[in-house]
Amino acid sequence: MTRTDEEEYWNSSKFKAFTFDDDEDELSTLQESKRAVDSISGLVGGDEDEDQVEIVGWGGEPVDSIVWSVRETAASTNQRPERESTPQTNTGPSQKSRSQSVYSLSSLFRGDVIVLIFSESSALSDSTTGRLFAPELRKPKSEYKEEWVRRVNCVCVCFQVVSLEKFRSLQEKLLLLDYSVKANDGNVITAVLIFLKKTLSKEILFQELQSRQTALRHFINFLYETEESGLLLELLRSLGRTEDAALLQYKEHQSISDESRRRDFLKSCLRPVNPIGFLSHLLERQIIMERGGKVEIFQKVPRKSSILNMPLVTTVYYACVYHYNEAEGTLSSPHNLRQTFRISEKQFFVTALAARAKLKAWSDVDALFFSRNWLGPNRKKTTNSAPPKVLQDYVGLVDDAQLRLSLAHKHKCHDIVINTYRDLKDRQLLLGYRTKVEVGSEADSRISQLLDNPKYWKEGGAYL
Amino acid sequence: MAAHLSYGRVNLNILREAVRRELREFLDKCAGTKAIVWDEYLTGPFGLIAQYSLLKEHEVEKMFTLKSGRLPAADVKNIIFFVRPKLELMDIIAENVFSEDKLHSSRDFHILFVPRRSMLCEQRLKEQGVLGSFVNIEEYILDLIPFDGDLLSMEYESAFRECYLENDQTSLYHTAKGLMTLQALYGTIPQIYGKGECARHVANMMLRMKREFAGSQNQILPVFDTLLLLDRNIDLLTPLATQLTYEGLIDEIYGINNGYVKLPPEKFAQKKQGESSKDLPTDPKKLQLNSAEELYAEIRDKNFNAVGAALSKKAKIISAAFEERHNAKTVGEIKQFVSQLPHMQAARTSLANHTSVAELIKDITTSEAFFDNLTVQQEFMTGVDTDKVNTYIEDCIAQKDPLIKILRLVCMQSVCNNGLKQKVLDYYKREILQTYGFEHILTLNNLEKSGLLKLQTSSRNNYPTIRKTLKLWMEDANEQNPNDISYVYSGYAPLSIRLTQFLARPGWRSIEEVLKMLPGPLFEERQQLPAGLHKKRQQGENRITLVFFLGGVTYAEIAALRFLSQMEDGGMEYVIATTKLINGTTWIKSLMDKPKPKTP
Repeated sequence: MTRTDEEEYWNSSKFKAFTFDDDEDELSTLQESKRAVDSISGLVGGDEDEDQVEIVGWGGEPVDSIVWSVRETAASTNQRPERESTPQTNTGPSQKSRSQSVYSLSSLFRGDVIVLIFSESSALSDSTTGRLFAPELRKPKSEYKEEWVRRVNCVCVCFQVVSLEKFRSLQEKLLLLDYSVKANDGNVITAVLIFLKKTLSKEILFQELQSRQTALRHFINFLYETEESGLLLELLRSLGRTEDAALLQYKEHQSISDESRRRDFLKSCLRPVNPIGFLSHLLERQIIMERGGKVEIFQKVPRKSSILNMPLVTTVYYACVYHYNEAEGTLSSPHNLRQTFRISEKQFFVTALAARAKLKAWSDVDALFFSRNWLGPNRKKTTNSAPPKVLQDYVGLVDDAQLRLSLAHKHKCHDIVINTYRDLKDRQLLLGYRTKVEVGSEADSRISQLLDNPKYWKEGGAYL
Repeated sequence: MAAHLSYGRVNLNILREAVRRELREFLDKCAGTKAIVWDEYLTGPFGLIAQYSLLKEHEVEKMFTLKSGRLPAADVKNIIFFVRPKLELMDIIAENVFSEDKLHSSRDFHILFVPRRSMLCEQRLKEQGVLGSFVNIEEYILDLIPFDGDLLSMEYESAFRECYLENDQTSLYHTAKGLMTLQALYGTIPQIYGKGECARHVANMMLRMKREFAGSQNQILPVFDTLLLLDRNIDLLTPLATQLTYEGLIDEIYGINNGYVKLPPEKFAQKKQGESSKDLPTDPKKLQLNSAEELYAEIRDKNFNAVGAALSKKAKIISAAFEERHNAKTVGEIKQFVSQLPHMQAARTSLANHTSVAELIKDITTSEAFFDNLTVQQEFMTGVDTDKVNTYIEDCIAQKDPLIKILRLVCMQSVCNNGLKQKVLDYYKREILQTYGFEHILTLNNLEKSGLLKLQTSSRNNYPTIRKTLKLWMEDANEQNPNDISYVYSGYAPLSIRLTQFLARPGWRSIEEVLKMLPGPLFEERQQLPAGLHKKRQQGENRITLVFFLGGVTYAEIAALRFLSQMEDGGMEYVIATTKLINGTTWIKSLMDKPKPKTP
C-alpha cells in the first residue's frame, strides 16, 4: 500500500452508526502512536525481547505460566521462584488470621448435603412417614436420625453405591430420590438414579419419574451421557415424547456409515415427525445421483466430493452442474428436486445461477434471468468471467445506480458507466472517466460525443 | 504476583490466596516427586491462580497433557491427573493406567477432580477396572476464579445450556457454593436482590446453606453491601449484539480465553533494517489482557471509536517522557532517568502492541460485511421490520455465510419481536436446514427449547415497551466522552445493566411493569448480621454491589458496569461475577448440538 492509498483507506469510512470520529482522524492517531513507538525503539535499542520487558512487571507472568510450562516442563531452567504475596486485607488483622485458619475452603462445605438431608429427614419421625421405616420404629428418634445420616453419608460423601442397597422398599428408595433432588447436587442425584436403575424394573422407574420432573431430566441427561440410547428411546416413548424420540434416532443415524442402511433407518425412525420425512427421500435422490450422470461433465468438472448426506441446497447445486438438462420427470433433475422439496424461487435461482455460471453455460444463465421474470441480478456479485456482452446486460439490469456504477467500474462495462453519468447529468464525473478508457477507443469517442452534445447537460446539470 | 487483583475496592487476592493454599495442601498430600497430567482445558483457569514455580516448589517435576496411550517416561514417585469430571477423560485415564509398565509400578496414581468429584466418573473408572489403582481421589473446589480486580468467573462453559436447555441445576449449586466461599472470606452480604428462576434458586440454596451453618457465625465485617443475582434469560438480547468496546471487539473477533488472546502475527513483526519479509513469524502472537497493564486498563472499556485518540494521547506522553533525557544534567538526574527506563520501555511495548491490535480490528470494523451486519442488528434493536423475513439474513444464507452469524441474527430478530410468526419462523428454519444441512435441526431445536428462538404466542410484542421504559436505545450515543452506558453498543444500552442501574437508583419499584414482562420471579432477601458487624460508612464512601450473571456475561456488559462504577455521583461500585465470560458466538456454540463421532 502506498501512503496515499492508506490514507484514503482509513478515511473512506462511510459508516454512520459506527464511524471513526471525523474531528480526530483515526489514521493519523494510530500512525502517530506508531511513529512514537518507532522513534522510541530507536532510542532505547536492543529491546526486541518482550518477555524481558514483561518480567519488569507489565504483562503478567508469561514465562512462568502453567499453560506454557506443560509443554516446556523439561526445560525448566529459567524459572524464577515465585514470590509468595501475602494476602492483604482491608478490614484489619483479626480477619486476616481468621480467614487463614478457620476458613479452609474444603473444610467449609464437605458433608453439607448430609446436614441438609439430616434436617429434612427429621420429618421421618412424624407418624405419616414413620411407618416407612417399620423395622427401626422401635428405636428412639435420635437413633434413626443417625441411621439416616450414616446411610446418606455413604451416598453423598463416600460415593459407595453398594451401601445404598440398604434402601430396600420402593418407598424408601423414592424418598431417597426426593431428598437427593432437594440437595440440588446433580452428582448425588445421579448416584441415586444409578442405584434405582439397577434395582427397580423399567416400568416402575419410568412411572415414578413421571411425577418427578427434576429427577426425570437428570435421568434423561444421564442416559444421553452414557449413550444408552435404547433405554432412552423407550423412556421417551413411554412419556409420549415422540418428537424427542425421533430426534434422538435421527442423531443416532448420523453414526451409520452405510448409505442404504441409513436410508432405511431414516424411513423407519422418522415417520412420527412429519417435516423430517423428506430426509430419506433426499438421501434416496442422492444415492441415484451418486451413480448417474454423463461422463463428459464429470471429466470437464471433476467432483470435489461425494454428494451423499450433503444439504439440500448443495444437492440442488450438484444437480444443476451434473444433471441440468434432464427431463423434469427424472429423479435427479434439479427441477424435479425443486418441486419435490418446495425450494423457494430465490434460493433455486441463486443456486442454479451459480452452478451454470461456473460451467460458463451463458445461454442457461440468460434463460434463467429472462424466462423467470427476475428483476435483476442485484444479489449476485460473482460472475466467473462471463463474456463482456452478457456481463453488460446483467449489470445494466441493476436498479440501484450506485451499485450499478460500482459493478460496472469493476467489470469495465464502459457503456453502462457512461450512460449512468449521462442520466445523472454529471459532466464532471464523465470527464474524469475519460481518463480511464483507452484513448481512441469506442468508449472514448462516445464520451467526446456526449460531452459535445449540449442537450444532455442543459438543466443546470453542468458544473463547468 | 497478581497485584492487579488487589487494585479494586475488594481485594480479590484474598480469594486467590485461599485457593492457592488449597492447591499446596493437596500437593503435599502426595509425598515425594510428582508429575501432573493435565486435562488441557484446565491449564488456562489454573494459570490464573498459580504458576509453574508454585508447583515446582511442591516437587512437581514434570507436566504432560492428557493423551491416550502410554504415559511419557518420568522418574517420579507420583502421577497426578488434574481433570474435569468428564466421562471421555476417564477412558483416557484408564488407558494410561493400564499401559503403565507393571515392572516399573512403583508410581502412585492420584486424581484431582476440578471442580467436583463425580459419581458417574468414578463409576466409569470402576467399570474400566482401574478405580483401585488410585491412592487419592479428591476434588479441588475452584468455583470462582479471580480474573481481574473486579471480575470473577467460574468458567463453567455449559452453565447456560444446563440451566435453560437441560434443566440441570448443578451449576447453580456450584454457584451457591462459590458464593458461600466468597461470604466466608468477605463477610455475609446483607442484602440480596434477584430476578429470574435460577436467581431465585441460587438465593434459596444460599439461605439454606447459611441456616445449616448456623453454629459458626461469620465474624467478618461485610465487604459487599448487596448481591444482585440476574438470570441470563431475562436478557437474551445483549449477548447476541456485536460488542463495540475495544475489549469486546477483541473477544468477538479473536476470542479471549482465560485472559489471553491469540492474534495474527504479521502486524507485530518488528522489521529491522535490511531484513527480508520472509522471516516474519508464523506463530500467533499471544497477549495477556488485564488491568496489570496500565494502557490496557485505560482503553479496554472504551468504544472502539475512541481508542485511536487514546492511543495517540498516550504516544505523546511516552515521547515526552523520553525527551526528558535532554533535561537530565546531573548524574543524579541521569540515574533517575535510567531507573525509569524499564517502565517506559514496557509502556512503549504496550503501546506498540495495542496500536497493532487496533489496526487489526479496524480492518474488520470498516469492512462492508461488518457494517451491513451491524445495520441489521440496530434495525432489530430499534424495532424496525422485526415481524417479517429479513432480506439481509436471506442473502447471507444464500451466500452460505457462517451458520453462527445467521443464528445470531435470527435469534436477535426473534427476541426483539417477542417471538417470530409461524410463517417467518418456518421460512428461516427451512432455509437453514436446506442450505446448511438437516443435522442442524437438533441445534434449532435446542435454540427453541432455551427460548432464544420462539414462536410468537401472544399477538402483543412487548419488546417496544421494554425498550422505551428502560431507554434501551439512545440516539446520538456519545462514543468519545460517554454519558450513558449505551456507548458500549453505540446506541444500545444493555438491558441487564439498565436493570442494575435502576436498582441502584431510583429502585426497581419504578419499573415494576417492565420487570413483570421479563421471565422469572423478582425477589429481595435480607441476611441478618451479628451485632457489631454493621458497617459504619464514611462520608461519601460508595456502596459495593456484587452482580452475578447466571448463564454468562459479555465484556461490553462488564464495561458498562465499570462505567457506572466510575460515575462521580453514582454512589455505587460494582464487582462482577459470572458462570462464564461469553460473547454471542461462544454462547450460540455452547447451545449447538455436538455431533456424534462416526462409527463404522
